[in-house]
Amino acid sequence: MNDFIFAAAFYGLAGMTILSAAGVVFLKDIVHSALMLALSFIGVAGLYVLLNADFLAAVQILVYGGAVAILIAFGVMLTRRRNMKESNPNNRWVIYASFVSAAFFAICGWALIGTDFKPVGQQVNPEAAVEGLASLLLGDYVVAFESAAVLLLVALVGAIILAKGAKEA
Amino acid sequence: MNDSNIFMLISSFLRSLLSPLLGNDATDLSIYVVGLVGVIIVVFTNAVILVLMERKVAGFMQSRLGPNRVGPWGILQTVADTLKLLSKEDYQPREVDKWVWALAPALLFIPALGAYAVIPFDNQAVPVDLNIGIFYFIALSSLSTLPFLMAGWGSNNKYSMLGGMRAVAQMISYEIPLIFSILGVIMLVGSLQMSSIVEAQSKVWFVLLQPVAFVIYVIAATAETNRTPFDLVECEGEIVAGPFTEYSGMRWSMFFLAEYANLFAVSAIATTLFLGGWQPLPLPGALGDILQFIPGWIWFAAKTYFMIFVFMWFRWTFPRFRMDQLMSFGWKVLLPLSLANILITGVGIYFYRVMIGG
Repeated sequence: MNDFIFAAAFYGLAGMTILSAAGVVFLKDIVHSALMLALSFIGVAGLYVLLNADFLAAVQILVYGGAVAILIAFGVMLTRRRNMKESNPNNRWVIYASFVSAAFFAICGWALIGTDFKPVGQQVNPEAAVEGLASLLLGDYVVAFESAAVLLLVALVGAIILAKGAKEA
Repeated sequence: MNDSNIFMLISSFLRSLLSPLLGNDATDLSIYVVGLVGVIIVVFTNAVILVLMERKVAGFMQSRLGPNRVGPWGILQTVADTLKLLSKEDYQPREVDKWVWALAPALLFIPALGAYAVIPFDNQAVPVDLNIGIFYFIALSSLSTLPFLMAGWGSNNKYSMLGGMRAVAQMISYEIPLIFSILGVIMLVGSLQMSSIVEAQSKVWFVLLQPVAFVIYVIAATAETNRTPFDLVECEGEIVAGPFTEYSGMRWSMFFLAEYANLFAVSAIATTLFLGGWQPLPLPGALGDILQFIPGWIWFAAKTYFMIFVFMWFRWTFPRFRMDQLMSFGWKVLLPLSLANILITGVGIYFYRVMIGG
């Protein structure tokens, strides 16, 4: 019974993720593409839940799902076209891009095949739970964590200066 | 604290009834279904009650009676309104982005309903007592921006579009102080689980330890639910109800259902985080013992409705912000204040630990 529900949930979520990811690429309206991207992120979050990594799932929804709204706001503002039905078109780069993405896919597949996956138990892996993550991030890897934070701050300040000019900001 | 309450009695009764018939797995599943149906009933009846309450409170604030014709004291007014909305024509404007427009009101309801999964209604009566409880609530509520933008964009109307853009700007800027104010409480508890947040307040409610966080939470929650003085998303006077302009009948009322579901949810979260959840007033002596006899869900409902009343009070006494005032208030006042609150809480916890010799 439980195995059946698990399998059904996995295939449902995996199908949703892949189909909506395909929708991002193939839909012609860029707003529709962005909404499909949100659906795809939510599907990935569901897969995390199935792996007992619920903190990661919540982060996935908060950071990626929530950010799609901003993406749409910029997508709408920066791609002013008369006809929204052709705002996400293909162009001559499509052939080169297919080679790049095939190479990327091959590397991902190679890494997946090479990895030795261990089955997850019923218990939450302590390193995926909040406490384990916190002690890793703010203990062992605190320097990397803080420097990433400083990097983000620099990017933020840089964006403001680029937009408003150094004197005004 | 008494260990059995009405929810546990119902649950154990259903279990004893179902488990011989269905076996353990199916019984677990059906208990979840019962919980889900219970939550949906709570959401819908609450929306009906809250619409009436809003109009009555509005009348009270403005020295008039409010609805008083349908039924005694106007009680059946919302029922009549619901019937009217149900029987209205389902009108769809010609040039809308069909799927996006039609899905927006339905999708808006999902985060609103999902938030109820972690609300602790009573002792051990949390629909799903997740390990990451409050963080789940934060993550879900971040999704509620998207349907507003979908409605604004899909309507193909410049006023709706403005409303949708305002929704993004407002809800994202006020989400940050909201989360930071919750962080102060989480630091005190040391857990994200809803039941342990309530347990931690058995001696003293966090509204006394975190008064600044409470005020920030209430302000940011008002903005998150798009209520006056932060209802720039709807703003009838200047952008004709914003994202709702092109909706009518049941689709339109879905927006209101979601708004009142959200209002109840943020009030329930305020109750859980700052007002001790289902726990009675922590008074010493005989009075405290008497208060213990009132069931937890009554305490929870009373505190939640008090918070809802406070939100309604805001709505009918404050004038609306201007858009630039709204943004600068969020980023220049609430954000530094909530960061300072986190810093002071951390220092306070450190000194408390030093004092007790930890």
